[in-house]
Order: sequence, then structure tokens, then C-alpha cells
Amino acid sequence: MDKEKIFSYGDSLYDCLRNRTTIDPITKQEADISIEDAYHISLRLLQRRLDDGEKIIGKKIGVTSKAVQNMLSVHQPDFGFLTDSMVCENDGEIAISSTMIQAKAEGEIAFILKHDLKGPGATNADVLRATECVMPCFEIVDSRITDWKIKIQDTIADNASCGMFVLGDSKVSPDKVDLVTCGMVHEKNGEVIATGAGAAALGSPVNCVAWLANTLGQFGIKLEAGEVILSGSLVPLHTVVPGDVMNLSVGGIGKAGVRFS
Amino acid sequence: MTLTDEQIARLAEHVENAELNKQPITKITDDHPDMDWEDAYAIQYAIRQRKLDRGTKLAGLKMGLTSFAKMKQMGVETPVFGFLTDYGTYADGAEIDTSAFIHPRIEGEVAVMMKTTLKGPDCDITKALTAIDFVMPAVEIIDSRYENFKFDLKSVVADNTSAAGFVTGSNMKKVEDLDLPTLGVVLEKNGEIVELGAGAAVLGHPAASAAMLANMLAARGEEIPAGTFIMTGGITAAVAVEKGDNINMRCQHLGSVSMRFI
Repeated sequence: MDKEKIFSYGDSLYDCLRNRTTIDPITKQEADISIEDAYHISLRLLQRRLDDGEKIIGKKIGVTSKAVQNMLSVHQPDFGFLTDSMVCENDGEIAISSTMIQAKAEGEIAFILKHDLKGPGATNADVLRATECVMPCFEIVDSRITDWKIKIQDTIADNASCGMFVLGDSKVSPDKVDLVTCGMVHEKNGEVIATGAGAAALGSPVNCVAWLANTLGQFGIKLEAGEVILSGSLVPLHTVVPGDVMNLSVGGIGKAGVRFS
Repeated sequence: MTLTDEQIARLAEHVENAELNKQPITKITDDHPDMDWEDAYAIQYAIRQRKLDRGTKLAGLKMGLTSFAKMKQMGVETPVFGFLTDYGTYADGAEIDTSAFIHPRIEGEVAVMMKTTLKGPDCDITKALTAIDFVMPAVEIIDSRYENFKFDLKSVVADNTSAAGFVTGSNMKKVEDLDLPTLGVVLEKNGEIVELGAGAAVLGHPAASAAMLANMLAARGEEIPAGTFIMTGGITAAVAVEKGDNINMRCQHLGSVSMRFI
């Protein structure tokens, strides 16, 4: 895909983000679009945000669980960048009716890094060495593609459908928790809507961070000390509407909460 | 009650024979559409008595239909219960003869051992936690005696809630050392993750399952005695198993439980 087109799609997605509008799937017009093209579109979208003064504070992997893959009919993970404008404090409020388009909540485990991590060749041992702590986390995903009709290239171009994220109330060293079997309870308005466990994300959230480091490494991007890395949802995506209050707890890690208006 | 003692005895024999002969039957409500809950439990208790008379020992109690989603789907507000038998118990790592069942499925659960008697009504999570001694990971084997697992609630209660067996792990933890709602389980079949979840999938809290069992038993004038082993209900959906399958369940803080179907 030529640079002009890449810029044009990146700018369209940026406009959608700012104006709360959506576009048709890019894959509908560009049947041959590669993952690399999609990644370059996402970089243009990111650059527009950085030009507005946003700062990169982390990275994410998404579409890592079978439940989410089946819901979206996307059968491989996506990846994107986190900026400081995506942060919502724990138990805070997100005004989805004025800031988001078609929001869905996911429950995740976030990794906070103390060392840089660069693939290819990053192993689980490297991930654990680079990890300062893990935290409970909500990600509120959103899509700038109409009705979430995404293919893998669409979501990668759209910065992995990222919206906002909420880090929870506690941090735990990765040697204090079994990240594969730790359970997750997802509640909406006080009712349990789903449960899951760490293994939902590619068998282990640690696998996810290694995958992300290796995938971004191919593009010369590293995961950096101090960054927040979202490792993928452990429960199905759940559509949220104004008035909803969501809570999650992760066994041995802690809780997070967020409300929507 | 809508059935006579004679009808109950006959239906108990009919349903139990399906289990003993591994010959599935059609659901009994087809012929007895007006059967009520009392009839259903009367048949289950009659099956239990037939087994006790033959020398079978009870190995514990089990809860079924403990997920909110499943209850909503079936249009009920309470779960159901059944009993476990000595011949349905398997050791961790066991080789399980698949021909002992009709169409077995497995579910990942946590089991509890009662330290003291738990007597309803009005039991809640707090009372149940006080009465529970320790927690173990366990896999339940269910095997409906109805063709293709096609049943309604009353038929499945009469059929001892499809109970067929269970495998417990080798580790236990005191209940006060665990957070049961966030306790995660991961079920693997032949090395592939097939189901997973956390304790809250069981009525929001597995101890709520024990409390509800005590309350349901109280309505019959019964209690849960100290030393009772209870399978609290499926955290995962049921997974069909067949000869040759290798099962491993990993449970947070509680190690793993494994078995092979041969």
C-alpha cells in the first residue's frame, strides 16, 4: 500500500476517533491489505495523536482468548499502543456517551515493566525478568469500524480497537501469583456476568507479553521499562451503556472498578 | 406429590436400571407430565435406598445447575442436588473405564469437606464458611441416563442430577486460606485448554452452594452432617469425554487433578 493511502486511512481513523464516527472496514475496500500495511496505518493514527500532545505509556495485545476470537471472528491477536489520554483512574467514571462510540469492557491483567523487553527471541523468562509487577485492569475497547465488523487488519490499523483502560487497586510481583490459574470474576451492576482464568489469554498472560514483544520487535519497537502492557482479556467482551458499574477481581492480584456515564 | 408410592418405586427401578445396564431411556416426564419436584426427589431417594440396600456407601453430596446463566436458561431460581456413591470415586491420576458410562462428560469444580454440621434454613455464605473444613479441586463425571442428555429439570432430579463419579485432587487448603470466588480452574483435554473459569461461576461463591444445599435439605427435615464431602457445582461447562482422552485440571493454589479415560 502506498504512503498516501496509508496516511489517508490513518487520518480517517483519527477523524473517527475525534468525532465519534465510524468508517466501513478498510478490508472491504482493500482486500489485499497486509498486516504490515495495517500496522503502518496505526502508526499514522498514533502520530496524529502524538501531534496533539498525547504520550505513549504502554502497549497492548488483544484478541487473545477463544471467547473473544469467536465473538469477533478474528483468530489471531492484534497489538497497539497505549497513550496517557486512555487512562481512567480506578473506580473512576468514563463518559462513554460523549467520548466513545461502541464501547465494550474486557477484564485483563496488566504488566508493569522495570526493564526493556525487545523481540524477536523474547521468552517467558525474559518477560518475567522484565516485569516489575502485575495489576488487575479493565480495558474499555472501542472500534472506529462500523458495528465492529473487523478483520485482523482493520483492528490493527485501528490501534487494536483500544479505547480506555483502568488499572486496579493493587500490584503483585509475578513470583507471588500463578498467572495461569488465577481466576477472574467480572461483575456488572453487582451481578456476576462471567468468570475466567489467566490461561484464557493464549494459555498464559506471560505468553501474551512475549508474543507482543516478538511481534513488535519485527517492526523495531521494544516494550520499555516503566510501560504498562495489557495482556489480553480473560473474559468475553461485554457491551456497556451509560449507568453501568463494572467490577472485576483477580485471584491473588486484586480488584478494579469503573462506571459509565 | 402426584405419583403413588408404587409409581415412584417403579420409576426408581426404571431409571436406576438405565444406569446399571448403561441403556439410556427417554425422559420420564414424557409419561408423567404432571410430576412435581417432590415426586422427582422421591424417585432420587428411592434410587439411593436401592443402592444402600445393595451395600453401596454414600461418598457425599453434589449440587447441580449452580450457574446463574444455566438457572435463568432453565427458568428456575434454585439449584438441584444429588448424591455421590463409593463406586463412583476415582483417585487422582486414575484410569477410568469409559465403558462404565453411557455418554460421560466432565466438569471442573471445587469440593468442600464439612467440619461441622450445617443445618438450614437460613444458612448463608458466612455460616457455610464456618462449617467448611477444607477445599479440594475435583472433576465431576456426569452421565445422564436419558438419551442424548435430553431431559427437563424433574427428570434430571429423579436421575440423581446425572451424577456418575468424581475425581479429587491430592491437595487441600483450609477454607480460610482461599478466596473461593476468584479461585481459577483450567480444564485441559489431551493437552488443550477446553474450559476455564473461577469459583464465582458457582452461585457467586462456592460456599453459597453448600449453604443452599443445607437450606434445601432443611425443607426435607435433613441436614449436612460433619464429615460430608460436597461437590459444589460446575465452574466450567461440561466437556464430553471418550476412550483415550487424557484430562488435566489445574486449580489455583490447589494443584491439579488428572485422569485418563480408557
